[in-house]
Amino acid sequence: MSAESLVGIVLVSHSGPVAESVAELAVGLAGGGAKAPVAAAGGTPDGGLGTSAELITEAARTVDRGAGVAVLVDLGSAVLTVKALLAEGDELPEGSRLVDAPFVEGAVAAVVTASAGADLDAVAAAAGEAYSYRKE
Amino acid sequence: MTETALDAALFVRWMQAAAALVDREAERLTELDSPIGDADHGSNLQRGFTAVAKALEAEPPVTPGAVLTTAGRQLISTVGGASGPLYGTLLRRTGKTLGDAPGVTAEELRAALRGGVDAVAQLGGSAVGDKTMLDALDPAVEALGTSFAAAAEAAEKGAVDTTPLQARKGRASYLGERSKGHQDPGATSSALLFAALAEVTA
Repeated sequence: MSAESLVGIVLVSHSGPVAESVAELAVGLAGGGAKAPVAAAGGTPDGGLGTSAELITEAARTVDRGAGVAVLVDLGSAVLTVKALLAEGDELPEGSRLVDAPFVEGAVAAVVTASAGADLDAVAAAAGEAYSYRKE
Repeated sequence: MTETALDAALFVRWMQAAAALVDREAERLTELDSPIGDADHGSNLQRGFTAVAKALEAEPPVTPGAVLTTAGRQLISTVGGASGPLYGTLLRRTGKTLGDAPGVTAEELRAALRGGVDAVAQLGGSAVGDKTMLDALDPAVEALGTSFAAAAEAAEKGAVDTTPLQARKGRASYLGERSKGHQDPGATSSALLFAALAEVTA
């Protein structure tokens, strides 16, 4: 694991457009410094609603630079599929981690911190901290 | 309970029988999933078990453990809903426990399935009584100590008995009290798995 390599971010949603849009939002809000590799894995391969193990493993491979991959998920089968893939041991790149965070806010925090060169622990912590931001 | 070893061929027949039952009951599973779920349980499982049957036919594994790990892997990658990782984990954990043995006893299968069911509970963070697959799987594994037929009966009863329960996990749990009065689709499909096992061991 080289010191320069950035943590990759995978965004898993039941919906392709949701995953794509959240990725776009997070990269956009991270501004010009958004250098961390981000990949969306939303919906099923045929464009329907659901979770695809295939799209998730492909996305994780795409963003893996050797510094670990933070996987953010929305709900239900997205959570369970990532957990099941991690339990397999060899399905996701080494250093992949399911990050317990709100999907949209966590994605923004993860992309910003990963782009700043933070390690996986720091990226996961920043994403998780988004839970503590109350809206009223 | 007989001590005759159950071999890989029997496990392949088990998965094929499960695929056939899921195929036959797909419409009913989706109907059950309509009021309290997202109306895709039947079609999701149908896609998953069709892939399982195809994979086992293309390259029949030589041990019972490998049959179940292959089947589990297919379910995780093809189902597309929460039941994929849940059934996948059930079969993979059970298969891994059975290891490389060319044949297993009914008691070895029962013990391995117990571990598989516990893994499902852990993955889903759920317990018996939450109106999930576990309400059929748990009593089935308990009854497996008696016979395969008893396990199938216990699973079916467990599935039917989910009707008055309030869902505590998954999409149905958002409905709160309104989830009562519907039989759980996951428990219903779990019963099919044990019906298939009873069918091929009869």
